[in-house]
Amino acid sequence: MKKLINDPADVVSEALRGLVAAHPEQVRVDLENRIVYRKDAPRAGKVGLISGGGSGHEPMHGGFVGLGMLDAACAGEVFTSPVPDQMMAATKEVDAGAGVLHIVKNYTGDVMNFEMAAEMAAAEAGTEVQSVVTNDDVAVQDSLYTAGRRGVGVTVLLEKLVGAAAEEGRPLQEIADLARRVNDNGRSMGMALTSCTVPAAGKPTFELAENEMEVGIGIHGEPGRQRLPMAPAKEIAALLVDPVVSDLPYRQGDSVIAFVNGMGGTPLIELYLMYNEVRQLLDSAGITVARSLVGNYITSLEMAGCSVTLLKVDDDLVRLWDAPVNTPGLRWGA
Amino acid sequence: MGVDTFESWLRDLASTLHDNAAYLTELDSAIGDADHGSNMDRGFQAVVAVLDETTFAAPDEMLKKAGMTLVSKVGGASGPLYGTFFLRFGTALTGAEITPASLGEALKAGVGGILQRGKPELGDKTMYDAWAPALAAYDEAVAGGSDVHGALVAAAEAAAKGRDATVPLVARKGRASYLGERSAGHQDPGATSTTLVLESAARTLG
Repeated sequence: MKKLINDPADVVSEALRGLVAAHPEQVRVDLENRIVYRKDAPRAGKVGLISGGGSGHEPMHGGFVGLGMLDAACAGEVFTSPVPDQMMAATKEVDAGAGVLHIVKNYTGDVMNFEMAAEMAAAEAGTEVQSVVTNDDVAVQDSLYTAGRRGVGVTVLLEKLVGAAAEEGRPLQEIADLARRVNDNGRSMGMALTSCTVPAAGKPTFELAENEMEVGIGIHGEPGRQRLPMAPAKEIAALLVDPVVSDLPYRQGDSVIAFVNGMGGTPLIELYLMYNEVRQLLDSAGITVARSLVGNYITSLEMAGCSVTLLKVDDDLVRLWDAPVNTPGLRWGA
Repeated sequence: MGVDTFESWLRDLASTLHDNAAYLTELDSAIGDADHGSNMDRGFQAVVAVLDETTFAAPDEMLKKAGMTLVSKVGGASGPLYGTFFLRFGTALTGAEITPASLGEALKAGVGGILQRGKPELGDKTMYDAWAPALAAYDEAVAGGSDVHGALVAAAEAAAKGRDATVPLVARKGRASYLGERSAGHQDPGATSTTLVLESAARTLG
């Protein structure tokens, strides 16, 4: 393992110190509880938005704290969900009387820990908490006999859209309904060219030969559903777009936000090349791209590869997408 | 069986998990996300730190505190599952005279907590595939007149068989479930750590 770290045990806390040092005007950090807060949270009358999960997916979630997105993000160990104490502390801190929404990715540990935290917050402080669980990964086909679909790329888009709605002062129930509607209208699929190395494990999670790729991966270095021979970008784009489009399904005339996400180890030149391929596939399917996002937003350490997310949008969602956002990881209009 | 006995279990378990951390993480790398060993080690080192600085009047207080510590330090799925186990196990021992039967009831209460949080079924390729046969073997041994030590030895042996039986299974819970058929052929990390918990109990309790 060759990484820019000191001790594997200190990776998360030292990274959080760096995040706040680099972005002091947007965020503050509770280092003891490993919570990134929006600098000016809690905001009177505003629903508090909290997310969190294992570290190693930067900029998600700490990088999405700030104006127009999250009020707090709880950082777990690398690829390990945070603990209920963190979510409890964050929930109490950002509740300004309008209630709190927990944005949870569908992974067993995240769901269990957030559930415990919501129970405890309601019991101890009487805080009104609603939860939305994202589950947009079409690679997981049979949700009856698995833990269900994983929450991946849609989580980023959801945090932006719901963040803008919360900024407008919409009430908790409306915010929670919007969050579920966004989740229901988004689908994703990912692939990897390499594994990643979890610092505490010290070696790659899996081995991929030069002529192989993993298709249907999540964001934790876990292997995908299928190992296939390496292929040109055009074919890989089709492997990702086709199952996404046919799953919802997205139809001719639909308007979408198209999101090509890097897993952390793929340069932007390749991500833009992939976006070009994705765009052509959508054009030929008659699907209109209302807005797009290309870059490393929900990553898996230094894994090479990408994911494609499509989110069906209407005028209201496009307006929320365009609203100002000012966070370490996403910024426009502000 | 007093506080000292249960403290020796928790300390033995912490050092066992420390010694097996790399092994558990390796099993988890094959079908999960490569953190089970480091998470269990981190959680039980925190339990040892609590034992070092606190004096407990009764086993139930110590076990409940151990459970809370695991929930607060581990994260992932293992934190709520093992944390809830020790919390419920300890709670069930409150005020009870510890006999082979009452310890069996406490184990059952602990596993009930795991069932409530994780909703596993037998054959899902999870820690429950080790817990379920262990509980059955414990009860059978007690019915046959065994003492605590003998019943725990039987439980640990049954857990090990359950653990080995997870190898061919296709996972239906947790991160391994995302691999579908590809999860077959790998031993479940959770069933492996559960077996370590029971083997440690068999070494130290009774």
